[in-house]
Amino acid sequence: MSDHEYTPSSKVGKWFNDRLPLLTLANHLTDYPTPKNLNYWWTFGGILTFCLITQIVTGLTLAMHYIAHADMAFESVEHIMRDVNYGWLIRYIHANGASMFFLAVYIHIFRSLFYGSYKSPREIIWIIGIIIYLLMMAAAFMGYVLPWGQMSFWGATVITNLFSAIPLVGEGIVTWLWGGYSVDNPTLTRFFTLHYLIPFLILGLVVLHIWALHVPGNNNPVGIDIKKPSKDTVPFHPYIVIKDGFALLMFMIVFAFFVFYSPNILGHADNYIEANPMVTPAHIVPEWYLLPFYAILRSVPDKLLGVVAMLSAILILAVLPWLDTSKIRSAVFRPLYKQFYWILVADVLILGYMGAMPAEGLYLLIARVATAYYFLHFLVILPVLGFKEKTLPVPLSITEPVLGGAPNLATAKNKESIDK
Amino acid sequence: MINKVKNLIKLLSILAFISLASTNANSAETAKLLKTDWSFKGLFGKFDRGALQRGYQVYTEVCASCHSMKYVSYRNLGEKGGPEFSEAEVKAIAASFEVTDGPNADGEMFTRPGKPSDKFVLPYENVKAAQAANGGAYPPDMSVLVKARGGGVDYIYSLLQGYEEAPSGITLDEGVHYNKYMYGNKIRMAAPLSDDLVEYGDGTKASVEQMSKDVTTFLMWAAEPHLESRHQMGFKAIVYLIILTILVYFSMKKIWSRVESEV
Repeated sequence: MSDHEYTPSSKVGKWFNDRLPLLTLANHLTDYPTPKNLNYWWTFGGILTFCLITQIVTGLTLAMHYIAHADMAFESVEHIMRDVNYGWLIRYIHANGASMFFLAVYIHIFRSLFYGSYKSPREIIWIIGIIIYLLMMAAAFMGYVLPWGQMSFWGATVITNLFSAIPLVGEGIVTWLWGGYSVDNPTLTRFFTLHYLIPFLILGLVVLHIWALHVPGNNNPVGIDIKKPSKDTVPFHPYIVIKDGFALLMFMIVFAFFVFYSPNILGHADNYIEANPMVTPAHIVPEWYLLPFYAILRSVPDKLLGVVAMLSAILILAVLPWLDTSKIRSAVFRPLYKQFYWILVADVLILGYMGAMPAEGLYLLIARVATAYYFLHFLVILPVLGFKEKTLPVPLSITEPVLGGAPNLATAKNKESIDK
Repeated sequence: MINKVKNLIKLLSILAFISLASTNANSAETAKLLKTDWSFKGLFGKFDRGALQRGYQVYTEVCASCHSMKYVSYRNLGEKGGPEFSEAEVKAIAASFEVTDGPNADGEMFTRPGKPSDKFVLPYENVKAAQAANGGAYPPDMSVLVKARGGGVDYIYSLLQGYEEAPSGITLDEGVHYNKYMYGNKIRMAAPLSDDLVEYGDGTKASVEQMSKDVTTFLMWAAEPHLESRHQMGFKAIVYLIILTILVYFSMKKIWSRVESEV
C-alpha cells in the first residue's frame, strides 16, 4: 500500500500499532496520493459511501418500529409516519435515499465508462462494483416490498415469477422463493431478513472495492498512469476530503429537496394502497432505477429469453474490461468512442422511459431498437472501435493539461509509442 | 469553469428527465384536472386552519358514512399543524362516537363514548360488510387516499366536481355513475356533494366547489399530518446546507490554492 513505513510519534501509539496497525492504515488513508486533476465526477465514490451509511442508519431505526407481517406491515408504516417521533423524516430519508443512492451509482458507473476506469489494472475494482450494483438492486427491490402496498405486492409477484421461466425447475424455484404458493407472509418475512442482511454485504464489498482501488490508485480524467506520489498527486487529506465534502453538501441539498418538498414524487401512488391479492393494478411498474432493465425484459417476446436478455444486460458489464479493446482509457482522447458513449447514455435513458410506458405499439418498437443497440454497443462497437479508432495524442503527465489547458503536441507521445 | 457549468447542466437535465419520467408514469389518462390554489404547497406551505375544520365537518357528516379513516385518531384533530380543535372540542368530538371496547371482566364486549386516544370509528365492521352495503364496491379508506391516487389533491378535488350526465353512447349499469375525472369514467359512488349539503359554522357558503376544496385539504392533512413541520424543517435544513456549502467552498479554494490546480 503506502510506499513509506509509518511510525507513530507517541509511545502508546507505537505499542498499539505494533499489535494492530490501525494507525498505519489511518496514515495510509490520509496520505494516499490522489491525482490532482480529478473532476467532480470523481466525488461520487464518497457520496455513495454517505448514501450507504445513511440507508443503514435510517434502516436500523425503521426496523425498530416496522412489523414484518402481511396483516400489519402497511399499518406499521403508517404508525411510523404518524406516531413515531420524526418517523416521517426517517422513512422519507430512507425511501428517497434509495433513489439518491441509485442516482449516484449511475453517475459513478457512467463516469467509469467515460474515463475507462474499468480497464487494466482496475478490472477487479470494476467487477466488485458490478456485484455491489447487483446487490443494491436486490436490496432496493426487497425494500420496496416491505410497506406491503399494491406495487410492493404486485412488483414482488412479477419479479419472482421471472424465475418460473427457468426450464424444468422454474416453478419449483418460485414456490421455494415464495415459501408458499403465492406471494404472502412467508415471502414478506424472508424479504425483510434479506433486506436487512444485504446492506452489510455491500458494506463489506465496499471495503474490498476501496482496498482494490488503493492498489493501483485512482484513474484520472486524462486516463494515463502517473507516478505516485509526485507533482501530479495531492494527499487525500485535506485536498480530496474537502472537495468530496463540498460535492457531498451539494448532493445533500438536492436530497433534502426531495425529502422535504416532494417526498413521494419518485414513488408510485399505488403503493399507498394496501396490498390486495384480488386486485391487479392497471400498470405494474418498478421503481425508476430499474426501468431500463424492465424495458429490456419486456422487449423480448419470449419469457425465458427476456429474462436472459435482462440478466445479460447487467452481466455484460462484468466482462466490459475485455470487450473494450482500446488501450487508451479516457474518452477525452477517443473522438469516436466519445460519441458512442453519449449515444449509449441516450439509449439507456430511452430504455428507462420506455420501461415506464405500457409495452405496446410505438413504445415497444422503440424499446426493442434500444435494447438491440444496447447489446450492439458492448458486443460489436466497443471491440471493433479499439482497432479502428484514430485516437488523439495522449500527454505524458497530467501537469501538462492542467497547467496548459489543452494537451500540447510538443509534450505528447503519439499513440504508437503508448502501444509499444 | 465552463466545463463545470456544462457538467452541472448535464446533471440537472438527468434529474429533470427522471422526475419527468416518473410524473408521466403516474398521471391518469383522463380529462385535465381542475386546479386551485392549495395553501399547503410551496416552501412555506401551511394548511388553512378554517379549511381543515370545515373539511373535517364535510368528512364526518358526508364521507364518513361510507369511508373509514382507520389510521387517524381523534387526538390528532387537536395536534399542532392539524385542524387544531381545542382540547375540549376534541373531547366532545370523540365522545359523540360510540366505541366498542372490551372484553370486560365478564368476557362481554361493551360500548362506551369515544376518547381522544381512539382511532376514528369505522363505518362498517369489515370490508365485506362495506361491500355488501355499497353494491359490491369497497369505499376506500381515506387515511392516505390523496397519496394513493395519481394527481393527488387535484385529482380528488376534480373528482368531487366531475359528475356529469353520461355522454350519449355510454351506457351505465345500475348504480354506476359517470365522472369525467375517474379512471375509465365509471364510478360506483353517487355524487356525494350538493350545494348547502352541510351548514358551516363560520358562515362560509357551502358550495360544491368550497366543500370539495375543504374536504380535500382535510384529506391532505390526514395523509400527511406532519406536512407543516416537514416544510418548516426543510427550509431550515436547506438554508443551513447552503450556508455550510458556501463556507466549505471557500475553505476548499483556500486549501487548493497551495497546489497549481483548479477545483
